[in-house]
Amino acid sequence: MNSKKNYILHLADNGLILAQRLGEWCGHGPVLEQDIALTNIALDVLGQARYFYQYAAEVDGKGKDEDYYAYFRDEREFKNFLLLEQPNGDWANTIMRQFFYDNFMQLVYTKLMSSNDEQIAAIASKAIKEVNYHLKFSSEWVIRMGDGTEESHQRVQEAANNLWEYTGEFFVPAPYETEMVSQGIATDSASLKNDWQNRVNEIFAEATLQVPQANWFQSGGKIGIHTEYLGIILTDLQYLQRAYPGNTW
Amino acid sequence: MTTIDLEDQFMKRVAADEKIEPKDWMPEKYRKTLIRQIAQHAHSEVVGMLPEANYISRAPSLRRKAALLAKIQDEGGHGLYLYCAAETLGVERDTLIEELHSGKAKYSSIFNYPTLSWADMGAIGWLVDGAAILNQVPLCKCSYGPYARAMVRVCKEESFHQRQGYEILLTLCNGSAEQKQMAQDSLNRWWWPSLMMFGPSDVDSTNSEYSMKTKIKRFSNDELRQKFVDATKPQADILGIKIPDSDLKYNEQTSHWEFGEINWDEFHNVVKGNGVCNKIRLKERQQAWDNGKWVRDAATAYAEKREQRKNESKQVA
Amino acid sequence: MSNTKNWPLWEVFIRSRNGLNHKHVGSLHASDSEMALENARDVYTRRQEGISIWVVESKNISASDPKINEDMFDPAADKVYRHPTFYDLPDELKHM
Repeated sequence: MNSKKNYILHLADNGLILAQRLGEWCGHGPVLEQDIALTNIALDVLGQARYFYQYAAEVDGKGKDEDYYAYFRDEREFKNFLLLEQPNGDWANTIMRQFFYDNFMQLVYTKLMSSNDEQIAAIASKAIKEVNYHLKFSSEWVIRMGDGTEESHQRVQEAANNLWEYTGEFFVPAPYETEMVSQGIATDSASLKNDWQNRVNEIFAEATLQVPQANWFQSGGKIGIHTEYLGIILTDLQYLQRAYPGNTW
Repeated sequence: MTTIDLEDQFMKRVAADEKIEPKDWMPEKYRKTLIRQIAQHAHSEVVGMLPEANYISRAPSLRRKAALLAKIQDEGGHGLYLYCAAETLGVERDTLIEELHSGKAKYSSIFNYPTLSWADMGAIGWLVDGAAILNQVPLCKCSYGPYARAMVRVCKEESFHQRQGYEILLTLCNGSAEQKQMAQDSLNRWWWPSLMMFGPSDVDSTNSEYSMKTKIKRFSNDELRQKFVDATKPQADILGIKIPDSDLKYNEQTSHWEFGEINWDEFHNVVKGNGVCNKIRLKERQQAWDNGKWVRDAATAYAEKREQRKNESKQVA
Repeated sequence: MSNTKNWPLWEVFIRSRNGLNHKHVGSLHASDSEMALENARDVYTRRQEGISIWVVESKNISASDPKINEDMFDPAADKVYRHPTFYDLPDELKHM
């Protein structure tokens, strides 16, 4: 049961931490239309996180609610990808982070739609529509920036180079994930690598970008070993619940 | 027709509650007044995103976080509708934004006050959006068509904003002593600035008369302010928190709540730029705009390249 | 120069459900038609307002001139014979 809970929390944490980062853009976008667009994505992934936290609570069976898992777990208990806790940086960096993630999650949710776990399959079926749209949005922006001006090309190439090392983690299953794969609940993430890479190649080619060649990848996020950014994110996120425990908000 | 005839005809149309549309003849003063007011309104929506954005990361539950994000996003949308309404009068959005950044254009002073606790998210929804709604509902009938239509859309969306704010405060007021204190403190800080949102008293308001005459505006500042106080007092009672005005008392004869003297000195100073957040808010907007420049340029350049390629391939074919 | 150009303005038309016309709902800025459609989706259909979107660059819309409104539209006013009520028919003829 613990593996299942952990796997669901991994999916939930991804959504929450990404929403937390995207939320920082709200009111600060390059143009109103895109400010609104990015907040839509933030709301989608936050919504996905909530479905997964609610389900994790059910699986956990301790009578907790979604907020307990978001607000009362520590850094070492969070299982999100390192990629998602990385700072927003500029628009190129934010979009590249989004593109790498959307590209991966589209493959994951597609598989999870036929998970043996009905609830996970149901959440995936809802999330896939959102992610399809996100992937379209982020791919188009990668192309626009790559094939835009000299400055945008340089910025988006740099973003790709900087974030590349955080993408390897996608394809290395955590122990709880492997167990879930064996039960037909999760999908074998290693098997998604080719499809993911092909799409990166395709979009980067259209964007006239170089696919980074580095082959050393960071890992640990999935098992709770994070970069220093996560602690700060959680300090911010959890502050009120921790400062005034036991209250309703 | 002479300008005088046109102006006469225009005033007759307005008096008959006919809408004015973008291509219709309009007096230059009407056009300028509208641009100023709509732009100021749009700027207020966009700058108004910032004090609330301050608490997105700290929203104390996931439900609250989603609602707050959606609410602030709506404000961005409202800014967008309004800028577009202004653009029908022949001014570009970018020009208006530059006027905001240079300090030439104003925005609502309320957003120059800081958000200092979670309860402020409640108070902004309840009081600031509450005051805004009172201002905005009559604008749905404003004489200029595109502005009126934008306001219909804004008002439709706005209805959830005040409710989400009030619910935040209601939850705090039904919570621990610390939470209730948080709510009271927030009301203390936001009450008077909210009253100031309706603008100077009618006797001192320089732009009001023309706006009333041309039906851009349909109620005076003081009328709206009184409506606000009358509507808000019973809502504060339900929350069980006290409006920070010792002069507040009910007048049986007029059926209105009478309230104390507003600190107009503070109002004028905040308008002038002396509020605690004026500089930060403008700087933040300016930075977002400047940092976005290369992004906007990239999209333009890409669109041009694509258009060119399309044309080239057409020629070949 | 692309450096100083604003994104062009687009007019947005939305069909709220099948069976109804697309209706003008407002405008927005976007660098190309694809982005205009997405921006319209993000800005104007957040509350399920639509199931189909049209966008057209504002500069491509030709509008009639209100100065000649009388010439344009008044001549239709006296063509009463275009309306069914113009024709006198006996009451026994219930539906026609």
